[in-house]
Amino acid sequence: MKKSKLFFLIPYVLWLSLFVIAPIILITINAFKGEDGFTLKNFQQFFVNGTFLKMTLNSFWYAFLITLITLLISYPIAYILSQMKNQQFWLLLIILPTWINLLLKAYAFIGIFSKHGLLNNFLKLFGIAPANILFTDFAFIFVAAYIEIPFMILPIYNAICDINPAVIQAAYDLGASKWQTFIKVLWPLSKSGVESGIQAVFIPSLSLFMLTRLIGGNRVITLGTAIEEYFMTTMNWSMGSTIGVVLIVLMVIVMLFTSSDHHKKKEIKL
Amino acid sequence: MSDIIKLNHVRKEYDDGFVALKDINLTIESGKFYSLLGPSGSGKTTILRIIAGFSEPTSGKVFFDGDDITNLDSSKRKINTVFQNYALFPHMNVFENVAFGLQIKKKDKQEIKMAVKEALHMVQLDGFANREISELSGGQQQRVAIARAIVNQPKVLLLDESLSALDKRLRKDMQFELREIQKKLGITFIFVTHDQEEALAMSDEIFVLNEGKIQQSGSPVDIYDEPVNDFVARFIGDSNILSGRMIKDYEVEFGNHRFECADAGIKPGEKVEVVLRPEDLDITDIEHGKLRVMVESQLFLGDHFEIKAIDSDENEWLIHSTNPTKIGKEVGVYFDPEDIHVMRFGESEAEFDKRLEAYEGEE
Repeated sequence: MKKSKLFFLIPYVLWLSLFVIAPIILITINAFKGEDGFTLKNFQQFFVNGTFLKMTLNSFWYAFLITLITLLISYPIAYILSQMKNQQFWLLLIILPTWINLLLKAYAFIGIFSKHGLLNNFLKLFGIAPANILFTDFAFIFVAAYIEIPFMILPIYNAICDINPAVIQAAYDLGASKWQTFIKVLWPLSKSGVESGIQAVFIPSLSLFMLTRLIGGNRVITLGTAIEEYFMTTMNWSMGSTIGVVLIVLMVIVMLFTSSDHHKKKEIKL
Repeated sequence: MSDIIKLNHVRKEYDDGFVALKDINLTIESGKFYSLLGPSGSGKTTILRIIAGFSEPTSGKVFFDGDDITNLDSSKRKINTVFQNYALFPHMNVFENVAFGLQIKKKDKQEIKMAVKEALHMVQLDGFANREISELSGGQQQRVAIARAIVNQPKVLLLDESLSALDKRLRKDMQFELREIQKKLGITFIFVTHDQEEALAMSDEIFVLNEGKIQQSGSPVDIYDEPVNDFVARFIGDSNILSGRMIKDYEVEFGNHRFECADAGIKPGEKVEVVLRPEDLDITDIEHGKLRVMVESQLFLGDHFEIKAIDSDENEWLIHSTNPTKIGKEVGVYFDPEDIHVMRFGESEAEFDKRLEAYEGEE
């Protein structure tokens, strides 16, 4: 590469090293730091103490549920969107909520879900006594999914738009039903979009902490909540860092599983 | 031979009011090679899409083997399509692409392997089964698309501008091969193209389309020799078209001269158009010529010379000649009475056929 081109890399490299690489190194050092130098105590505690493992499992379970629900809602929307006439307009409506601050959205949902909120007032019309909606698993997953949906729709929508419509017609032409066409053609060809969507939703969902607090009412404890607790409340930075390191490793593993094209075709002898 | 496909008064109007097809009636017999020929926007692809089931006619009916299939799903029709840009499944290899239709029909695995092998052999792609689509050239992808369609043993195969993406040399080879495949399988091919040479070379029968109407149908020779109107004459091959006047049966006037011709059944004095094909014109010396022209330009096209000449009335003449002449030279042009083809204004194909029958009967 020419020198002049390398010059343009400088801002990116600076950004990357200051805000991505340096923090990772710092928390890794922190995770291994005990009262007197290097220690594995924190990791030992993490893997031996059942609470942390349960938290990890919890994080995965909620992230999985959020991702699954988001996917189930987003895929059909992305498909319908790709067939619509005013695509740009509908796309804008889907992107619009992402312009609003997360905290604002969370507070809005508190207003909707609370005891004297919109939803309970509505339910009252049908004679259903004020239900406990806020601070439940349902509320947490619902709000998380609501926030993540645009990030799932966009990559899937792009992937579907890239498919040549004649390929879908070819499947019908060869006798495939709508469902067979979906399974054998549409889904595999839009899989790259689904994979990016899952990455964009699952990985952040692993470490959600603000929502667990505001909407989940601290009933849902994930690794994200734990990290916040260790850094902000108990001031045990090295334990917080340890959880952080474990979380990063888990995220990398998830990325490897969702991104690589690891199917190998077997040769067919004719 | 039996009729396999019939279109009855098919009309297609789009939401924006554009009428793609106006009252199309056509009959396709089984086992023949048909071409739908026309410029873009003539409605040829719309007809194909209606036969394939990707598009429904606004009114009219489509019959297949005597059954009304106007509203039948494309997946249930015994018709397969070779798409314009092949539309192969990019995530599958050659074998999976070709086997797709049979796997959908839940055929036995061994049977599928045999059928795919045979289909790949038919398109000369033996040993390509495990290749990825992205590894294939345009010509090879074209062959896979054909194999993917014929492996299902359809009664009718539709080909949508299937050769237009190939280079000229390859296109000629594929024309020949397609014809061979069609003869071997004995199924009906319906080929959509805007390339008149392609249509003339391959077809048993051609439908010439323009502005959503069938202008003329018939064998390549019929359409070339007896164009029903100036659109067909201009679209199929090169032609010299002049306005003229019928004097009486077997005599027509154009370019201020009267000529003996082979047409009759037109009332004397009627204004007509006259078509002369450039290859029917021969350059000769001035005394032997029926016309006197001056050579303006000459192009060598490999197998013949394309000569442009002008007569004393400023009419331009296009002449194909195997022998060269000199630019600026005055020469004579000779043609036989049968080379003159007279066209009446606004005569439909049916009227044309009727007139032809009437006066041919007299002889």
